[in-house]
Amino acid sequence: MANRWKNDLSDRDVTPEAVYMNRRQLIAGAAGLGLVGVGGAARAETLEPNEWEDITSYNNYYEFGTDKGDPARHAHRLTIEPWSVRIDGLVERPGDYAFEDIMAKMVVEERLYRFRCVEAWSMVVPWNGFELADLLKMAGVQGAAKYVAFETVLRRDEMPGVAYPVLDWPYVEGLRMDEAMHPLTIMATGIYGRDIPNQNGAPLRLVVPWKYGFKSIKSVVRITLTDTEPPTSWNKANPREYGFYSNVNPEVDHPRWSQATERRIGGGLFSPRIPTLMFNGYGDEVARLYEGMDLAKHI
Amino acid sequence: MWADRINGAARRVPVWALWLMGLAPAVWFFYLGMTGGLGAEPVKALEHELGSIALQLVVGGLAVTPLRRHLGVNLMRFRRAIGLLAFTYVSLHLSVWLFLDVQDAARIWADIVKRPFVTVGFAAFLLMIPLMLTSNDLSLRRLGPGWRRLHRLVYPAAVLGAVHFIWLSKGFQIEPLLYLAAILGLLALRLRLPRGLRRA
Repeated sequence: MANRWKNDLSDRDVTPEAVYMNRRQLIAGAAGLGLVGVGGAARAETLEPNEWEDITSYNNYYEFGTDKGDPARHAHRLTIEPWSVRIDGLVERPGDYAFEDIMAKMVVEERLYRFRCVEAWSMVVPWNGFELADLLKMAGVQGAAKYVAFETVLRRDEMPGVAYPVLDWPYVEGLRMDEAMHPLTIMATGIYGRDIPNQNGAPLRLVVPWKYGFKSIKSVVRITLTDTEPPTSWNKANPREYGFYSNVNPEVDHPRWSQATERRIGGGLFSPRIPTLMFNGYGDEVARLYEGMDLAKHI
Repeated sequence: MWADRINGAARRVPVWALWLMGLAPAVWFFYLGMTGGLGAEPVKALEHELGSIALQLVVGGLAVTPLRRHLGVNLMRFRRAIGLLAFTYVSLHLSVWLFLDVQDAARIWADIVKRPFVTVGFAAFLLMIPLMLTSNDLSLRRLGPGWRRLHRLVYPAAVLGAVHFIWLSKGFQIEPLLYLAAILGLLALRLRLPRGLRRA
């Protein structure tokens, strides 16, 4: 089922944490021997994964607080066992799917993705996960289904942040069916080959690498297939600033800040800003999904 | 009385000690930022810490007069230092934004013009410049009663600073609203006082 999408990076680009430090040399050596193209080497150069520490300490997960360190401080309180995902709406086999049963059927792969937050910072994350398309096929997509709605777990006794009405809880997100079925779209269950930590959205979270990070909803408990565009949390909070699509687009600024550049996390106090790429660098794969759409209007 | 005790203790604190204490956090946070102590994204963290301290100093400066009037606590001799420290922190906050955050001259200007929360913050900074320039004995003497009128610019500057914080926050957040509430409360304490009482 899986492996439909082939990473244009070599296997060496996602290696165990202990080895990845040597990757530059490996790639440089391979390039020298003519084993990889110049383009591949150049792209791999820029895609140095962030350190585990950065990925797991700098998070937006407002259910645990609005400070970037709050999720790492408080998310240990979230009970992730047992866990099940209710898949309902326009599917052939609706029901509560236990996390273990899902994992038994899915093919988990490594995916090294850029992650671009709407706040104009970014990381490179070596996710482990399976394609959302496979999960949806497991439940059986009905022909009338046009959208997929997602919902994050809401537990008032485990999530100190939901005491404040920062957003209309629970957190909800959505994708168009073609976006959901795209091979780049995954449900992540791990990082660096380890179980995904709670602050990153355990036990399973969506990752849509060409969209701003808030689309990649965490700790999913419900997936509903619908025929109408589902409501999404940030769009409900501020429709002028956050659209349903929220594709990474350096040409369309957030009303309050520019999206032309980003700061790659991990570069320290004097790290330079780098240009933001259209569709976060995944235009070759996904631009066709939006052909004929005015992306300045459909933010 | 406890107010007298505070006044007595405050008299023994030299103003330079306040300066030293006031500048220490800037040095400390810059050191943390250099050494990884501010987390994965030190630029925003440093910017935020410096901005927060600036707002706290503005609130502190605005509290001096009501404290004296209503509670008899006299911290007037620290007020200039508090004000100048606030300006210092606003300048540091702005510098981090200019040189470490945005980094690009064209974009800096575009942000000031196009982004209301930046415009508002920058306006607060501009309003504070004449206050900084006239926070000395010579200006106080030369301007006479005009000095007091000029320094009322701190009221709009403070409100703009709090609005700047509210405006840049994502979603509905409590902390920035608390700053605005504190500032408006301290301003209200000035407004409500009848003129007759003020001279008594």
